[in-house]
This record gives sequence, structure tokens and C-alpha cells, in this order.
Amino acid sequence: MNAKIPPIPQITLEFQKVEYWPRTTPDRKILSDIRLAIPKGETLVLLGRSGSGKTTLLKLANRLLQPKAGVIIVDGRSTVEWDPIQLRRRIGYVIQEAGLFPHYTVAENVGIVPRLERWDAKRRSERVKEMLQLVGLDPRDFAARRPRELSGGQRQRVGVARALAADPPILLMDEPFGALDPVTRAELQREFASLAQRLQKTIIFVTHDLREALLLGTRIVLLKSGRIVADATPQEFVKLEHPEAKAFVASLEAPQAQAIS
Amino acid sequence: MNSSSFVIVHLAEIASATLEHIVLVGISLAIAILIGLPTGMLIVRHPRLRGIALGFANIVQTIPSLALFGFLIPIPFLGGIGRRTAIVALVVYALLPILRNTFVGLTGIDPAVLEAAEAMGMTETQILWRVRLPLALSVIMAGIRTATVITIGVATIAAAIGAGGLGTFIFRGVAMVSDSVILAGAIPAALLALVADGALALIERRLRLT
Repeated sequence: MNAKIPPIPQITLEFQKVEYWPRTTPDRKILSDIRLAIPKGETLVLLGRSGSGKTTLLKLANRLLQPKAGVIIVDGRSTVEWDPIQLRRRIGYVIQEAGLFPHYTVAENVGIVPRLERWDAKRRSERVKEMLQLVGLDPRDFAARRPRELSGGQRQRVGVARALAADPPILLMDEPFGALDPVTRAELQREFASLAQRLQKTIIFVTHDLREALLLGTRIVLLKSGRIVADATPQEFVKLEHPEAKAFVASLEAPQAQAIS
Repeated sequence: MNSSSFVIVHLAEIASATLEHIVLVGISLAIAILIGLPTGMLIVRHPRLRGIALGFANIVQTIPSLALFGFLIPIPFLGGIGRRTAIVALVVYALLPILRNTFVGLTGIDPAVLEAAEAMGMTETQILWRVRLPLALSVIMAGIRTATVITIGVATIAAAIGAGGLGTFIFRGVAMVSDSVILAGAIPAALLALVADGALALIERRLRLT
């Protein structure tokens, strides 16, 4: 879509021996020895309990945080070599509660990155319409609304549309459906699963919900206390022997676990 | 002479004092906004300046207004007798609510919104102008409203150093031991404060989005 974006090498995103700790407490490592290569088109789910370092790992990818040791390579270049603004504009980002701009309409929210990238108005409004349709919102009904006039599920859809608007090759999602009611969550998960297949983006998806991980991931990476303790396909994951993996599998109610695996 | 006949006889004088008062307050507020708003924006990004700026505004606020006018009289350029000195003092008083509300408004924004803005690839400047400022407007307006009400009140004391305005009647009335003369200054000043407060509250509500 955007002419400035160079061709993408096979490995889109790579973490090489990455470590992270907070400036104030250097003895408390949040991430240790993270090695991860994510090929183009993969939906990698980062699974772990609260405080396991999932969100930190995600924020290292678009340089909201910088690693204390190791390197993160995005499209063949270390994140510290990238201009952070350029880097972030080609990485979509979706968070819990969406983080929509309350003073912008839905259309303005979705069109923000194209606007920052100086697309002309016509191309922008066409793209906004296309994106709203993609996430199942009728542009005629929703374009002029403000975020406060939307339900939680609709807000999250707008969040996804905004992240996809400039057609970024990479998508980072931090528990995007975590704050939704179970019915809406299931609906959005199903729709997003099919959307992810069609779009062929490289996606990192953070969750603490194994059911969601099994549904959406082509690969599941399990974090415990800042370390990767398992790295498996959904089919393999449910059979893993690692105690943390077993704990997650046990957290599924038995009949549902059988239905999914 | 009773109050009503005093008002009728001196109507033109009261009107011109009211106008003088409004001009005094208006100029002072305009300067305070011109200083307070950019300073508030600046200290969002510079934590070291933050303590100094807010501390200064805070300390000045604690000085009794009559004393502040007195302190300013011997100071060259800023001080002396007359309107200029009064404006300096009023600006200094109006500064704290404007500065503090600008800072609080700009920093009190939902962290998820700021994180999203940063992750979308907005520069610091774009985040300030496109996200922080529009979302802080109603809080900033509330600060301007507080400053306006304070300034209208304090400006009556400015008459003590020859700045004119409605305070002239109050000081004259005190000297004459005449309630009606005091009220001829006090009532228009109170009305002015009420009207300004109401009008600015309306604007503030318009600016509130969420």
C-alpha cells in the first residue's frame, strides 16, 4: 500500500538474547535471555500470567521500551537503528480498552496514521471506510460517532481498524479482548481469527487466556518470570510436560479443552 | 444621602470605574494566560523546571495581596504607583491557577490514550498539540475561570496604589465611613465576578468531552 515500505525479509521480527530490567531496580529482571524469531505471516501468541513479562516484550518490538541487553531486529534492522517514529508507523498496535482518542470521531481515530503519513483526504476516507467494513462496522452508521458513543466491543473493533489503517506488516496486540464480556469476546475472537488468516500479517498477540491462544495462535510462546519456558504449536502445547504449560492446560475446563484440542 | 440616590448621582462614575476594572482584569488575565499556558506546556516535558515554576507561583499566592502591592511600589520598572504595578501583582496572582491547571490537565490524561498515541508513531510535539492539549482544554479553562474570579476580587485592592477601578469606591467609602459608597464599589465587583464565573463555566462545560 505504502510505496516507502521496502520488501520484507522472511524473518520479520527477531529477539536476540534480549534482557530487560527497570532502571530503578536493575536486580529485578523482567525479561531474561529472550530468543525468538518470528517469520512473516505468523500469529504468535505470548502466553503467561500477569507479571510474566509479556507486555514488556511487546513494547520492546515497537521501541516503546529499549532492551538493556541484546538486539531486536525488525525487517532486518535493529530497533535502535530505526527512527522510532518510522518504526511505529509500520507496526499496528492494539491495547485493552482500545486507547481510542476520545476527542476524535471514529473516522478520525481510524485515519490517524494515514494522516500522520500525509495521505490525501480522499485516499484516507476511502481507507477508513474499507477498514470499518473489515472490522464489521457500517461506516455510514459509525464514522461520525465518538468513542464514548460506542460499546466496549465496538471500541475494540475501531482499535483494530485503526491499527490496520496504514497497512502495517506487523501487528502487536496486548490483550485486546481482555476487558470485554464473554459473549462479545468470543465473537471478536472468532472474527479476528479469520481476519488474521486473510490479512497475512505478522502478529504478536499477548494474552493470559489459553483458550484464546489456542484459537488465534499459529504458535504459542509461554513466558514465566521473564523467561521463555515453552514454544510450541497449539496442537503440541496441550501435550507439553512443563509444569507451567500444564498449569495453563489445567486452567481450561476439561470438556472445553477436549473440544479445542 | 441613601444608597440609591448615591448610585443615581454617581452612575456615570460607577460605570467608568467598572469599565476601568474590567480593563485592568482583562489585561492582567491576558498576560497571565500568555505566561501560564506556555509555561504549563513546557514543564510537562521538563521535570526540573516543574518544581521551580509551580513553587514560585505557589509562594507568591501566599503573600497577602495588600502586602504584595506594597512590596512592588519601590521596585523599578515593575513597580511604582499606578496601573502598571497593579497589573504586575494581578498577573502574579492569576498565574498559579492557570499554570497548575494547565499542568494538571496536560498530565492527567488516560495513560492508555497516551500510549496509543506514542505507539501510532506520533512525535512528542504531535502528542502535545493533537492529544494532550485538546483533552486538557476544559481543565485549563477551569483554571482560567478561577483566576478570573480571584483577579476581579484582588483588583479592588489595586485602588490602594492608585490603579483605579471599583476599589476606588471601597477605599473612599471606608475613609468616609459610608456604607453606600463602599457598596457602590463592592456590588458591581461582586456582580462582575458572578457573571464572569457563570460565562466561563458555560465555556468550560462545552469543552468537556468525556
